[in-house]
Amino acid sequence: MAERRYTKTHEWLTVDGKTATVGISEFAQSQLGDVVFLDLPSPGRKIARGESFGVIESVKAASDLYAPVAGTIAAVNDKLTSNPELVNSDPYGEGWILKLQMTGEAPADLMDEATYKKMAEGTSH
Amino acid sequence: MSEPLSFELSRPGAEPPRLPAPGLSAAPSADVLPKEHLRVKPADLPRLSEAEIMRHYSRLASLNYSISEQFYPLGSCTMKYNPVANEAAAALPGFAGLHPYQDEETVQGALELMWRLERALCAVVGVDRVTLQPAAGAHGEWTALRMIQAYHHSRGDKRTEVLVPDSAHGTNPASAALSGFQVVEVRSGRDGRISLSDLESKLSPRVAALMLTNPNTLGLFEREILDVAEMVHATGAMLYYDGANLNAFMGVCRPGDMGFDAVHMNLHKTFTTPHGGGGPGAGPVGVKAELVPFLPHPTVEKADGHFKLDFRRPKSIGRVRSFYGNFGMLVRAYTYVLAMGGDGLTQASKDAVLSANYLRKQVDGVLEIPHHGPCMHEFVATAHNLASQGVRALDVAKGLLDRDFYAPTIYFPLVVPEAIMVEPTETESKATLDAFAEALKEIVQEAKTNPAALHQAPRNTPVGRLDEVGTARRITAYLTGQSEEPVLRWKRAGK
Repeated sequence: MAERRYTKTHEWLTVDGKTATVGISEFAQSQLGDVVFLDLPSPGRKIARGESFGVIESVKAASDLYAPVAGTIAAVNDKLTSNPELVNSDPYGEGWILKLQMTGEAPADLMDEATYKKMAEGTSH
Repeated sequence: MSEPLSFELSRPGAEPPRLPAPGLSAAPSADVLPKEHLRVKPADLPRLSEAEIMRHYSRLASLNYSISEQFYPLGSCTMKYNPVANEAAAALPGFAGLHPYQDEETVQGALELMWRLERALCAVVGVDRVTLQPAAGAHGEWTALRMIQAYHHSRGDKRTEVLVPDSAHGTNPASAALSGFQVVEVRSGRDGRISLSDLESKLSPRVAALMLTNPNTLGLFEREILDVAEMVHATGAMLYYDGANLNAFMGVCRPGDMGFDAVHMNLHKTFTTPHGGGGPGAGPVGVKAELVPFLPHPTVEKADGHFKLDFRRPKSIGRVRSFYGNFGMLVRAYTYVLAMGGDGLTQASKDAVLSANYLRKQVDGVLEIPHHGPCMHEFVATAHNLASQGVRALDVAKGLLDRDFYAPTIYFPLVVPEAIMVEPTETESKATLDAFAEALKEIVQEAKTNPAALHQAPRNTPVGRLDEVGTARRITAYLTGQSEEPVLRWKRAGK
């Protein structure tokens, strides 16, 4: 398994060759609470790094999802349409959100697990 | 005690109320309606006697919770008591019996009321003109953004972005997106106020407006508002005031003097017209001189002691509401303004701020209050410190229902985790505020000693804890079709 890295906006990313898998972090799902709906794009769409590609809605709030890296959407996790709770129960596994065919290299400034955890703990107080 | 549906109460032999014969001969349905629209079998309507119907609805009415009976501390919603005098004025036959198609000559009194209310609102917020048409706060936001858009376009300036702080009301980004703008978020600083450095980095010639509420949704006054206005205006953008929190400083300061170019007001908040299910709302928008040509038409004008509707406004964005807005609400708001007078409105705001600060002090230490120092008309606490007991803001809110209080706003603003947002308003007595603080203390105690019981709350209400996750996941009604022509469809609940 490739190393998981994180954005400031609480998405995670793993890279396998030119394909990146994207989801939201354990911290993000715990803050959102029960996820009830995801509005996701169709495969084939090109997105820029930092662009909002969809919306995640929980019983508490609706939040934008941001692309950690530029690329073309290769796949969207269809299971989330009928089972959005997978984002809560398994955010790093079955709750993945989309796969991107990366345009360039993965950016070097994404956070590793330890740095991200430190940031997340800082924001929750 | 819950009340069954009238369908469940229905009994086949019930004698319905006896109605007089209509006295008109009706054509058979088959002669006037297309065949596919004719019923094959009679509608399955409930069958009840007059006494049964009367009791059913009286019991339902007794289950209502309203501002006429109890405290309603719903933060950011300004649930003020609705004076009875407002209702008496709105029921006057000269107002209640009007028809919007009546000739202008026959509605001079109604036009005069609109003209005078406009002048009063101009004085309260410090603007040059006001449109009374928008039917709600968000409608007012949208109307103002359309005017700002028209203003920029009239100068050949195609601006595409609207800035919104991260603590903003959710309606702000929604109104901006609906007007075709890209929404760009501006961050709050550590003190809960807008970050000037982040604002600086987001301002550009692409920005059409910054939408701001002051005091902000944390109940904090944006102290650097004059600097904010200068920065925004220097880039050619406009400053928009979300009036949801206007109850904090009526008669003390004015958005117009702070540099705001457009301002919406919620008559159903600040000006005591019914709010929520008791609506409809009214969200007038005030503007400074540069935006006046773009006001929705018609405006009410006065010439030689005569009032008239002016449709000849070539740069107007057009009508934003059928006829003249929710006129009955305008009557109520004007009644409130006259009853209070300028001094009364000022006192109301001062009392609202006093109530909020008193209650904040009572609650501080029971719940955590993340932003210290005096607040304005409302404050935000957090249930974050109860997380170790597995208790969330939602459980605290449900516990309040069991103690005969309406729940405060929870999970808003988004910048505070497990937020509990309390706005007491000026009309509450010290005894009510003390009782509310006492209820919160009890709940926090229960969270520590018996959190499982709190998870079951509410137990004293007609219905218990609702399954809000299931409600959102198992959708039973949805819109389909083109956005211009949506169709409502239903499907059975369940997986």
